[in-house]
Amino acid sequence: MSQDKPKEPRLINPRPRTLIDRPSHFCPGCHHGLIHRLVAEAIDYFGIRERSIGVASVGCSVFLYDFMDTDVLEAPHGRAAAAATGMRRAQPDKVVYTYQGDGDLAAIGTSEIIHAANRGETITVVFVNNTNYGMTGGQMAPTTLLGQKTTTTPYGRDFKRDGYPIRMTELLATLEGVAFAARGAVNKPANLRRTRELIRRAFEVQLKGIGLGFVEVLSACPTDWGLKPLDAIKRVEEELIPYYPLGIFKDKKEADHL
Amino acid sequence: MAEAAIRAGCRFYFGYPITPQNEVAEYMSEHMPEAGGTFIQAESEIASIYMVLGASVTGARAMTSSSSPGISLKQEGISFLAGQELPAVILNVMRGGPGLGNIAGCQGDYFQATRGGGHGDYKTIVLAPGSVQELVDLTGVAFELADKYRNPVMILADGLIGQMREPVVLPEPVKHLPEKDWALRGAKGRPSRFSRSLILNVRRMEEHNWKLQRKFREIEANEIRFEQYLLEDAKLVVVAFGSAARVAKGAVKRLRKEGLKVGLFRPITLWPFPHKKIRELANECSEFLVYELNAGQMLEDVKLALSGSAEVFFYGRPGGVIPTPMDVAKIIGSRYYQRIKRKAK
Repeated sequence: MSQDKPKEPRLINPRPRTLIDRPSHFCPGCHHGLIHRLVAEAIDYFGIRERSIGVASVGCSVFLYDFMDTDVLEAPHGRAAAAATGMRRAQPDKVVYTYQGDGDLAAIGTSEIIHAANRGETITVVFVNNTNYGMTGGQMAPTTLLGQKTTTTPYGRDFKRDGYPIRMTELLATLEGVAFAARGAVNKPANLRRTRELIRRAFEVQLKGIGLGFVEVLSACPTDWGLKPLDAIKRVEEELIPYYPLGIFKDKKEADHL
Repeated sequence: MAEAAIRAGCRFYFGYPITPQNEVAEYMSEHMPEAGGTFIQAESEIASIYMVLGASVTGARAMTSSSSPGISLKQEGISFLAGQELPAVILNVMRGGPGLGNIAGCQGDYFQATRGGGHGDYKTIVLAPGSVQELVDLTGVAFELADKYRNPVMILADGLIGQMREPVVLPEPVKHLPEKDWALRGAKGRPSRFSRSLILNVRRMEEHNWKLQRKFREIEANEIRFEQYLLEDAKLVVVAFGSAARVAKGAVKRLRKEGLKVGLFRPITLWPFPHKKIRELANECSEFLVYELNAGQMLEDVKLALSGSAEVFFYGRPGGVIPTPMDVAKIIGSRYYQRIKRKAK
């Protein structure tokens, strides 16, 4: 063997085909990039890039179309699940996924997601929960933790005035049309690996026609939380996960109609 | 209307119950499956317009229908359809208003329909049928125009037409639908693409706006529709649309029998509005009477068209009151005697 020929570097974890090679324009320490990657990996895993249509929502999640190499519709605030319904019915052989933040899905779009879930639309919903409205500058979201300071809860969220943080995954798991409901995080490698499996399963239940696949991903928003990226990751572990437990809340093995 | 939509190739109907147009959804729920299409009763007006958007962006012909308060809820979606240049047909069977109002025939949504309705600089093509037959005919036209210009089209009917039964001749089913090379159906064998209306770069946003405006000018140049009735020698022109025009026609007929030289001009497209034609009519006639089932909305377009070149009198009945042709004839007749007979003396 020749000694002077340099060895080709072997990438252990190459960029997924579905993830567009472009510098991230999210804030330092933001988890959107990681979650995009996990979605892209799931699409590659099933080899469905060419027949997938994404639905981006309003908020930082709208930039899905800058990073995912699938067709993408930008839906208005909260309406992704309704637009995905129209798309699903018009293109029954395609894979439809939405990517929504917590302001979008858990506030203005609550009606749309609950009824899409209840109809058992065979779509995959990736729900990024960073406990505030990121793009608009860090206002209170329905998911904001009690006591959390945001630009609209300067004294901290108070349940007497603002109600309680809403657990969407647990709520949606009660609906018959939901095939899979789970919550993950990407704050450390072990959680990231588990979340990769969850997102994959959320696509699988769609592909098998079992029902709606829902994955909530706890995400850091260092800029709006006013924390350094590492401290933000710590907050996910110490404050978010205790209130929003990780795990699978529902996993139907087969469709009701089978 | 529902059958006409199916025959026009519409295979996706999404709606939410509201009187006086529930018959459309009920018909669709029964017949859309037979045609191989999809009917969904949505959880809200808002969801239904976005289901239309989702189906439309894949290239399908899709529609929704509602009535005034429901249309207000859909306006956000209509703005997005216009911004993203997606075709859709929206039927508004207007009720009396504002607020919840009543379910009688009213034309109070003229401004909302013809000025865009939602936020942003856009226009919706607005077709105003004067009979059930015309509602059927304009349904096919609406789907054609929506696809041709990639723009939402509204059919603006009212509670009177919505609750009327008349025999109709249905069109033959459309066999070939236009190809839509812009649709999102998965990036198979081509680069992936997206449909959006968020354009943060101001120059690109301006260019997008001008592109839309050029399209609107093209629609104004090509798609104006109207009906003229006994206008050749008319000394007084009645301008009315929809159900009001039908009543006005009866009044004009009656007055002609009495020897009064009156005629009717009925805009069928409310946007684009036949401004130019009305201005031309002013060359022959200096008296106009606008009759609407509202407090004076199309009146503004008529005045803009005339720009002071003729006298405009207004007779309006908001709230769902439908005067008989005799009532309207009295109003037109007295105006005619005041302005034309008196001048003649």
